[in-house]
Amino acid sequence: MHPAIQGVITIVLGVGGCIGYFYFANQLLDKVIFPAKGPNTGRNINRANQIRPWLFLFPAMFALGLYLAYPVFETLRLSFTDRSQGGAFVGFANYSQMLDEPKFWEAIRNNMLWLIVVPAMSTAFGLLAAQLTDRISWGNIAKSLIFMPMAISFVGAGVIWKLVYEARPEDVSQIGVLNAVLVGLGGEPQTWLTIPLWNNFFLMIVLIWIQTGFAMVILSAALRGIPEETVEAAIIDGANPFQIFFKIKVPQIMPTIVVVWTTITLTVLKVFDIVFTMTNGQWETQVLANYMYDKLFRANDWGVGSAAAIVIMLLVSPILAWNVYNARKEMR
Amino acid sequence: MAGISLQNVVKNYGRLEVVHGINLEIDHNEFVVLVGPSGCGKSTTLRMIAGLEDISDGDISIGDRVVNDLPPRKRNVSMVFQNYALYPHMNVRENLGFGLKIAGQSKEAVEQRVQEAADILGLSELLERIPAELSGGQRQRVAMGRAIVRHPEAFLFDEPLSNLDAKLRVQMRTEIKKLHNKVRTTVVYVTHDQVEAMTLADRIVVMKDGYIEQVGTPMEVFNHPVNTFVASFIGSPPMNLIPATITSGQVEFRDATKIPVPSRLAGSVSDGQEVIFGIRPDDLTPIGHGIHEARETTDIDLTVDLAELLGTETLLYTTFVGQEVQGKMFDPRDVTPGETLTFRLSLDKAHIFDAASGQSVRRH
Repeated sequence: MHPAIQGVITIVLGVGGCIGYFYFANQLLDKVIFPAKGPNTGRNINRANQIRPWLFLFPAMFALGLYLAYPVFETLRLSFTDRSQGGAFVGFANYSQMLDEPKFWEAIRNNMLWLIVVPAMSTAFGLLAAQLTDRISWGNIAKSLIFMPMAISFVGAGVIWKLVYEARPEDVSQIGVLNAVLVGLGGEPQTWLTIPLWNNFFLMIVLIWIQTGFAMVILSAALRGIPEETVEAAIIDGANPFQIFFKIKVPQIMPTIVVVWTTITLTVLKVFDIVFTMTNGQWETQVLANYMYDKLFRANDWGVGSAAAIVIMLLVSPILAWNVYNARKEMR
Repeated sequence: MAGISLQNVVKNYGRLEVVHGINLEIDHNEFVVLVGPSGCGKSTTLRMIAGLEDISDGDISIGDRVVNDLPPRKRNVSMVFQNYALYPHMNVRENLGFGLKIAGQSKEAVEQRVQEAADILGLSELLERIPAELSGGQRQRVAMGRAIVRHPEAFLFDEPLSNLDAKLRVQMRTEIKKLHNKVRTTVVYVTHDQVEAMTLADRIVVMKDGYIEQVGTPMEVFNHPVNTFVASFIGSPPMNLIPATITSGQVEFRDATKIPVPSRLAGSVSDGQEVIFGIRPDDLTPIGHGIHEARETTDIDLTVDLAELLGTETLLYTTFVGQEVQGKMFDPRDVTPGETLTFRLSLDKAHIFDAASGQSVRRH
C-alpha cells in the first residue's frame, strides 16, 4: 500500500477512534450506567458529572502512563542491570563506570556551558528584539523573520548551520558562508566545528538562533501588557529610555522572563539533534543526550545509557518543577 | 515658581485637529480646572503641557521658558494619572523616591523628601507596602505623593478621582484642596465632573470640541455662563433652557405664555429676537419654598409630573412648552404627581441667550 494512503488511514482511524471513544463513553455513562431518569435522577446526574472528567482524561492519562511514566521506571531498572551479564542486577556499577569516563565529564561540562549561555543569550536577544520591533513600522515583518527558525526542526537547523560552517581547502572556493566571508576578507578558511571549546559556542548559536524567536514572541506580549501609564509616569519622573526599560518595564515582566528562561533551559538540557547532526560529539562537543544515545544505540550498552538518561532526568526535574510553579504563579 | 501660558496651541493627529489654537494664562500657584465632556481636548491639552504629546502649533511656556521642545523631564512638572500608574514592582517608598533617585539625589536627600511627602499625605505607615496591598484611596494618595516629592513647578492632574467610588471621591477631593493649601503650587486639573471643577478651582476653563468656551472663577462661570453649553454643563441639575421670542419687551414662549424680560437684560434684547431663556431649577421654586428673596419675580403655574426627594430639597419635574423643566422645592412638603403648583421664577437670576449663536445676550 502507498505510504500516503496508510497515513490517511491512520489519521482517520486515530481521529475517528478518539471521537468515537468520547461520544460512546459519554453515551454509556449518561444512558446506561447513570441514566437521568427513574427514582434517583438527581443523584445519577451528580454522579455522572463527577465521573465524566475522569472518563475524558483517561486516554491522555493512559498514553502518558504508558509512554512516559512506565519508561521512567523501566529506565531506572535498566540502569541497575548489565546486558553482558544477561541483564543481571549490578547495583551502581553502571553509574561508577560512567563517572570514570572522561567523555561523561566532557558532556557534563559542555551541558553546563550550554545551560549558562543559551538561555541567557536567547532571552536577552528575544527581549531586545521584542522591545525594538514594537517601535518600528516594519516591526511585524522583522518579528516574522526572527520567529521563522522556530518552524525549522533541530535536525534541519543543524544541517543548515553545518553548511554555514562548511570548510573547503584553501585553493577551492568556499561554500560555507562564514569561510567565504573570511576568505573574502583575506583570511584562511577555518574548520570551525573542530576548534575545541569554541566549537561548542558555534553549536550553541544554532539553538540561540531558534529559541530567540520563542523568547521574543512571549516577551513581546508581556511588554504590551505593561500599563502605558506606568511608562508615562516614569517619563514624567524624568527617566531616560534605558531607565524606563530596565527599571520600569523589565521588572514588571520579570515573572515572564523567568518562565521563558527556564523553558529554554529545559530545551537546552535535552539538546541532542543539533550536536548529533553537526559534530556527533566529536572534537570535545559531547553533550549528555548524545552521550546517552551513543551508549544506548551505538555501544548497545543499555545499562550505562539508562544511567545517563537518569542523570539527565535528575537535572531536568527541578527546573521543570520550578518552571511549572512560575508559570502557574504568572497565570494567577 | 511659575505660571503656565498657552498661546494658540493646536493639536492634530494627522488631518484630525482636536485642539484648535487655544489661549490660556495660568497664574503662579493658581488652581485651574479644565472641564468638559469627553473628547473636548482637555486631557490632550494637559498632556501637551506635560510633554507627553507633541504640540502641533503654538507655544506653551512654564515660567518664562518656552517648553515646546523640552522633554517631559526637563519641564519640572509632575502628573497624577487617572489609574494611579504606580510602579507595581516597587513599594511605596521606592515609588515616591524613584524620580529623585534617578535624578541622582543622595540617599539622605531622597529619604528626607520621601518622609516629608509621606507625612503630608499620611503615608508613613504604608511605606513598605507594594501598590497591590493598598486600597484605591491609598494608591491615589501615593500617586499624589509621587508628584509632590519632586517639588515641581506645576502639578498636573488627569481625572485623578474617576476610579474611586462616590464616597471616597468626595473625601479625596477635600484632600486635594487641603494639599493645595499646604503645598502652594500651580495646579492644572482635568475632570469631566463639574462638581469637582466647582469645588476645587480658583478658575474654571470650560472646554468643548477643542475650543475654550469660557474661563472664569467658579462663581462667574456659574452665575454668568457665556453660552448655552456652559449654562447646561455647569450646575447640577442643569439649567432649564427654553426657546422663546422677544415680543414687545416680553419673553413669549411657544405656547404664548409671556413673562417680562429681566430688567438688567432689557437693553440687550430686541423685539422679534429668537432667544433661549435659561433658568436654574434653584430659581424656579413653588411660592414659599425658595431659598432667597428675589427682587424681581414672576409667577407661573406648572403641573408636577414627578417629585424626587433629596431630603433638604425636592426636585420637581414639570412640563412646560412641551419640554421637561425642573424646579426645586426647598423646605419641602409632600407633593403628589399631577398636583399643580404656582412657581415663582427669580427673574434677576434668569439668563437669555441668542437662539442662533447660543451666546448670552448679556454684555461682558
